[in-house]
Amino acid sequence: MTPMTVLDERSRHLRRLVIDALKGGGRGHLGSSMSMVEILRVLYDDVLRYRPTDPLWAERDRFILSKGHGCLALYALLADKGFFPIDELLGFCRPESRLGGHPERGKVPGVEASTGALGHGLPIGVGIAIALRIKHSQARVVVLTGDGEINEGSNWEAAMSAAKHRLSNLTVLVDYNKLQSYGPTSEVLDLEPLTDKWRAFGFAVKEVDGHDVQQLKVALASLPFEASRPSAIICHTIKGKGFPFAEGNPEWHHKSGLTETDIHAMYDCLK
Amino acid sequence: MRKAALDCVHELSQSDDRVVFIGSDLGPGVLSKMRAESPERWFMEGVSEQHVIGMAAGLAMEGFIPYVNTIATFLTRRCFEQVAVDLCLHDLPVRLIANGGGGVYAPLGPTHLAIEDISIMRSLPNMTVIAPCDADEMRRLMAVTPDWPHPIYIRLAKGGDPVVSEAKNGFSIGRSITMRGGSDGLFVTTGVMTQVALESANLLAKEGLQIAVQHVHTVKPVDEEGLLPAIARVRAVVTVEEGIVNGGLGSAILELCSTRDPRSLSKIHRLGIPDVFPKRYGSQQTLLDEWGLTVSGLVTAMRNRIRNGVPDE
Repeated sequence: MTPMTVLDERSRHLRRLVIDALKGGGRGHLGSSMSMVEILRVLYDDVLRYRPTDPLWAERDRFILSKGHGCLALYALLADKGFFPIDELLGFCRPESRLGGHPERGKVPGVEASTGALGHGLPIGVGIAIALRIKHSQARVVVLTGDGEINEGSNWEAAMSAAKHRLSNLTVLVDYNKLQSYGPTSEVLDLEPLTDKWRAFGFAVKEVDGHDVQQLKVALASLPFEASRPSAIICHTIKGKGFPFAEGNPEWHHKSGLTETDIHAMYDCLK
Repeated sequence: MRKAALDCVHELSQSDDRVVFIGSDLGPGVLSKMRAESPERWFMEGVSEQHVIGMAAGLAMEGFIPYVNTIATFLTRRCFEQVAVDLCLHDLPVRLIANGGGGVYAPLGPTHLAIEDISIMRSLPNMTVIAPCDADEMRRLMAVTPDWPHPIYIRLAKGGDPVVSEAKNGFSIGRSITMRGGSDGLFVTTGVMTQVALESANLLAKEGLQIAVQHVHTVKPVDEEGLLPAIARVRAVVTVEEGIVNGGLGSAILELCSTRDPRSLSKIHRLGIPDVFPKRYGSQQTLLDEWGLTVSGLVTAMRNRIRNGVPDE
């Protein structure tokens, strides 16, 4: 599956917000954030239940960005939805800002867990899903992981537990952009057969083009895929999606020292 | 001590719906009564400590109070990042009940010996570190755990340890207990080294030396206001812990004095596990003998410190 989706104005708008933050901080995980913009867009536009003015509303769905380095995209969505003023994006990574290079619970409204160290989101998500079940809550838990991130064994410990406890209120989304920091996931530590892996670990699994809004909507609207299993969606994406110089280029996993010229070039891609 | 701790978890679970229990892969029948009464709050998650800590964090984020139990080394070394990030960074009320502190698992070798657990847990912001001295004190500790707002590391000893704690002293997290007064020297102890220190003080009394024993069940936050006057009034201080000397109770006392009472630094000597992995098996007592964490080791250290200013020659 090769995502070739053309980005619509909503997707371009959200990417502009990410660039605003990149511009403010002069650095950031561009590639890792741009691969997941459509995933977050559909989650926040169409799937998750939440109240921006009451971020700890008891019946909210819990979204955990386990690949915390993709926080630029999360900040863009949270700002767009009114969790905090959109102007704050310009303070990204600045000393006085609450928007750091990895998201922190208790600092940023709407952030459920402090992530950045990889392989933490799914175990926490399992604990929350169990807690919600004990409380007879209808709220759901969605965890977004990276592909390089699931090199970490803790994910697979948690996956076994999620299946054991039949956590149908838990969904894992894998942002499968096929590139980790050093290079292709197939070369660094191959994940294939990835769909079979999640299935073997007890999940009901679907695959989608992670930039195709309609496909994402359809898949996410049908959660849980099975009544007594956790769900997993493998989202095939392109690292740096929307920026030809960054697409599929590991050099853009993270960039620091971004210049005015770099920033202009990025905005130009979104015209 | 372990039985007391787990019995308390069961009792707490009966009166407090927030209490949940998570074991890794414990012995058959652990907390079976709780399992029967509250199956939705009892978990045995397998040999997956990284996951267990994250899961406990998730439950705590939703208002539950997880009590996690497994072997001390696996609860500290294996999942240190999870303890640091999931529990301490989020400052969540998860309780880690750690089996076999120090040399308890001597016959099983160094992979199972929790020699540095106190030191590394103590290094984490927001973490509370407690080593009770006996089962009675464990019960008093467990009674106050539900409402402590931070993560707690609870270090268990072998079990069947002589009971020396007294109900009249109560139990407050962060407040040390004067087990015995004395004006010549002071043993500052934690865990079951308190029993060894009391016996040592009795022997030294026969030589005419009046030695106090201050039991520091809570290594972090350390009881600054209780310890500083106790240290100031004696000529010699020997800290005693069944843990590595790097970064443990003795270090906490040195750090305290370096900022609040630098003149006392020279009278402090630390006894603990040296900076090497144990090479022998045998029993806990085998290792305690090797480490000098015995009545004769403590008596010698204190006597020399008082008389010669030399700790243990």
